[in-house]
Amino acid sequence: MAVRPAEIAVARLPRARPGAWPVLARFARKKPLGAAGGVLMVVMVLTAVFADLLQSHDPIATNAAYTLGQPNAEHWLGTDHLGRDIYSRIVHGARVSLIVGLASTLLGSVLGGLVGLLSGYIGGTTDLVAQRVLDILQGLPLLVLALVMSAALGPAIHNVVIAISIPIIPRAARVIRSSVLSIREMQYVEAARALGVRHLRIAFRHVLPNTVGPFIVLCTAQLGSAILVEATLSFLGLGVPEPYPSWGRMLSVSAAEYAQKAPHLVLFPGIAISLAVFGSNLLGDALRDVLDPRLRGA
Amino acid sequence: MKTYLAQRLTIAVLTLLGMSMVIFALLRLAPGDIVDILFSTAGYVSPSEKQAIMKELGIDRPYWVQYLDWLRQIGTGDLGKSYRYDVPAWQIVRPLLPVTLELAALSMVFAVLFGVPTGVVSAVRQDSTLDYVLRVFSLAGLSMPAFWLGMVIILGLVTWFRWIPPLTYVSPMEDLKLHAVQFLLPALAVGYRSSALIMRITRSSLLEVLREDYIRTARAKGQSGRVVVWRHALKNAMLPVVTVIGIEFAFLIGGLVVTETVFNLPGVARFLVQAILWRDYPIVQNLVMFIAIVVILSNLLVDMLYGVLDPRVRYGG
Repeated sequence: MAVRPAEIAVARLPRARPGAWPVLARFARKKPLGAAGGVLMVVMVLTAVFADLLQSHDPIATNAAYTLGQPNAEHWLGTDHLGRDIYSRIVHGARVSLIVGLASTLLGSVLGGLVGLLSGYIGGTTDLVAQRVLDILQGLPLLVLALVMSAALGPAIHNVVIAISIPIIPRAARVIRSSVLSIREMQYVEAARALGVRHLRIAFRHVLPNTVGPFIVLCTAQLGSAILVEATLSFLGLGVPEPYPSWGRMLSVSAAEYAQKAPHLVLFPGIAISLAVFGSNLLGDALRDVLDPRLRGA
Repeated sequence: MKTYLAQRLTIAVLTLLGMSMVIFALLRLAPGDIVDILFSTAGYVSPSEKQAIMKELGIDRPYWVQYLDWLRQIGTGDLGKSYRYDVPAWQIVRPLLPVTLELAALSMVFAVLFGVPTGVVSAVRQDSTLDYVLRVFSLAGLSMPAFWLGMVIILGLVTWFRWIPPLTYVSPMEDLKLHAVQFLLPALAVGYRSSALIMRITRSSLLEVLREDYIRTARAKGQSGRVVVWRHALKNAMLPVVTVIGIEFAFLIGGLVVTETVFNLPGVARFLVQAILWRDYPIVQNLVMFIAIVVILSNLLVDMLYGVLDPRVRYGG
């Protein structure tokens, strides 16, 4: 009697999938630093989302009567040279930092990931050409490239995103490519090919999902440097334009002139930048250890 | 070895050529040119006068002619003329170069002197409290903007020591001590970041090497822990570290852009920002090209160093 495919099919077992909380708890126990970074990032996201509720004053309203005010009960972190409330500006600055950071990281990583996937999967001349083009992009320091880009494109929030994302492309492409190179040699890919699955489908359906680990690691690591570059560009006056309260711009306006009279102008925005980048770096490190042990130390 | 070198040099030249195109194209994307900016300060200028100036600067010609002209200039070592200052670009850049190079070198020395030993300690005492402290400290270095750290250092000195750093550049001929102080602080601010990278790579690379068989053999022979780590293990762990040092040295220049601004040092990096804002093409494209050449050369140098550090690496095989 012929065996029908249905009879040899393995019974579907209910998947033993731990809930989200136990996984998080385990992560926190094994990687306390990474968990701390995760908490920092969550705080930042919540701050950005609820900035309108968290603000104590209008972040762009000036107050000529109270300029360069010291921190007090009314203005928790003091006021700047135009009498604007520093605390409210920092809260809203989280929005700008996060939007620019996330958007540029995603844009750069997705574009770079696509290049890496295709160049790694196709190989041959395509790969060679893609690698040389990436060399060209990678040969310039991130900041210098972003600097020239943002000057070329003009100061606007979407231009800043583009300027920061371009230097991320080659890094993302390298990471994804190297992981594609090893995945494409695996037997299940060979099996798919033997079944006659088309190349494009193999690349996107069979290879791509397995690069998710390195991709997440890459994104978390790049997020920190994207936030840092945004702050630097804004500091130099090439970043996010007024009236958006950007952390980097807060430092540039206040910096030299008022630093002595009102050190809080320099301290608080810088602490905000450092904490945000620190959080994403901590989280990125821990995620790398968990998701992609091969990349350790990269 | 020779064919390998020739191959690498060819690729390097091709990469640089590609970079020159990217740089050239990027700068032409920018809205407004030097003539607009020069005249926005002067008020109304007749179109014919504007045309004359564009002709004089050579920016009325088609882009490809300008590009080829630039390549020819680079080939002959002529850096062109600054639009803004109307003098040869080299004349402006030359006095600025030593400042940036000195700062970059000092930062790198600091980064290596601090990064390598802490990385070693962190690896040897893996997962100890000291390891955690050092790792957090180095990650903090990667998280703070160098320009902000510079500001805080200056602010701290002013507040607690009532000492104001010189706000104008002091040459070493004038006052060596003041000059040293002036450079040490920014070098510290910039070097902290690089030292963090070096520390992390030293740690992870050493951890890997320490697990190898020959280390166990050395230990079994009764060699002291210190000799094993510093002489046997570190030698092999240095390969990735050297790579990072090489890359980081070139990339320091990026960090210097803001640090020179904060510390008021008349270096190339600070000047680059001003030149970008002024659309001073000859200056910007040559400076960025110069940075690109430094990056490519240091990559090449690092690859060559591999063979010296690790005899197992053979070229062209």
